[in-house]
Amino acid sequence: MTATALQQTRAAERPGYRLRHAARMEWIKLRSLRSTTWILAAGLVVTIALGTVAGLNTSDPKGDVTSNVLSGVIFGQLLLGVLGVLVMSSEYSSGTIRATLAAIPRRPLVLAGKAVVFGTVALVAGEVATFGSFLAGTAALRSSVPQPSLSDPAVLRAVVLTGAYLALIALIGLGIGAIVRHSAAAVTTLVGGLFVLPLVIGAGSHTVGQFMPELIVGNSLAAVRPVKDFGMSPWLELGIVALYAVVLLGVGRALLVRRDA
Amino acid sequence: MIDARDLTKRYGATLAVDRLSFTVRPGAVTGFLGPNGSGKSTTMRMVMGLDAPDGGQARIGGRPYQQARWPLREAGALLEARAFHPGRTGRSHLRALAAANAVPRSRVEEVLGMVGLESAADRRAGTYSLGMAQRLGIAAALIGDPAVLLFDEPVNGLDPEGVRWIRQLMRRLAAEGRTVFMSSHLISEMAQTADRLIVIGAGRLLADTTVAELSARAGGNLEDAFFALTADTAQYRAATEGGF
Repeated sequence: MTATALQQTRAAERPGYRLRHAARMEWIKLRSLRSTTWILAAGLVVTIALGTVAGLNTSDPKGDVTSNVLSGVIFGQLLLGVLGVLVMSSEYSSGTIRATLAAIPRRPLVLAGKAVVFGTVALVAGEVATFGSFLAGTAALRSSVPQPSLSDPAVLRAVVLTGAYLALIALIGLGIGAIVRHSAAAVTTLVGGLFVLPLVIGAGSHTVGQFMPELIVGNSLAAVRPVKDFGMSPWLELGIVALYAVVLLGVGRALLVRRDA
Repeated sequence: MIDARDLTKRYGATLAVDRLSFTVRPGAVTGFLGPNGSGKSTTMRMVMGLDAPDGGQARIGGRPYQQARWPLREAGALLEARAFHPGRTGRSHLRALAAANAVPRSRVEEVLGMVGLESAADRRAGTYSLGMAQRLGIAAALIGDPAVLLFDEPVNGLDPEGVRWIRQLMRRLAAEGRTVFMSSHLISEMAQTADRLIVIGAGRLLADTTVAELSARAGGNLEDAFFALTADTAQYRAATEGGF
């Protein structure tokens, strides 16, 4: 075989489609569903509305005002996480997965395309939610409470990291969706992991709480003042949440490759 | 061309597909016949790389589908009536698939025209009738203008007009030189549509022949020939024929 012929054979064996093709497909799929818009809008509205209410109710001038006005993410994360689940599980419930895999038979690319596209959308939504919460919540503060400012690095860090946290929860949802595949069971798993597990395990001990996403966001990411028992840096805490997302997506990827569709 | 060699699939203790080998050639409609549960759908899913075989291999155009350079340009499949999200419009579904394989957007309009879905293209697919859903599935299969097409029970639940339309489409696609592989349990439909037949029972190959040859075995009656062939493998026939 000549070198050229060999090269041609190799070229023919390499798939022509790349991550950008998978991502383009996922982008079209994501924005062509009304539910995407509705769930994202609901997530923003709920997060910002609760942040505003928290601002109105803040009376302690010595409290962590930034953390208060970001408290809406506790509910906002649920909507983004559920949307992440649905991005994967609705492919199975509708049968779209067969069409998707016929177009992109190299399955890791399908999940990577979803993670890139949906992760980006969720990051933008997350930052809009936290910056919106901060602006609306601090505007609602009574005059006796000092206004935190985004020019304070600790405040800016809290708002930015909390928004990033929302994107990571969305990716955790995507990973759970890839593992569990059935929407209802996957949402139950997500809610159990986010809300129930910290109640069961983390309530007694903050040492374990440092590893629970819901407690991480409230006590570390969104906090401007250090909270007792949360000694790790907020960046490290965000890294823990990111690690969960990476592990879940990794397991989801392995199962997607192994299982029949 | 579709080439299956010793294809095997096991579900627990059940052998769904048992060392099945066959070749589907271009330029003809090849019918895939077998009683319910004989492994037709499983075989098609393995050919499309959706289910992994426990043994053997299936190739499309000489290589496994997973290794295709631009998969949708090599093969298209209609494997179930509804393989799309009910909340998405028909056009968006097709655009997403086209984008995945760098198929130009104009091809979306082309296939919508081919299946006659232009007027419903911007409706959410969940509102489609079964016939329209089938047409969207066929449009999706044709999106990459592939040389190989697989259709699993394409006429199921269709009205006479839909059945006729599918029949003519299959004939036309084969006349264009494509490989058309179509499963059905409707023998009369096969008699009218297919040139060649692959008959399986209990996951095993029973016949790989032409429609004319198989019907000649039972004096020109394809149905009788089919029943004679599958008598030992059908699970439920004894109850319906011997009982009541």
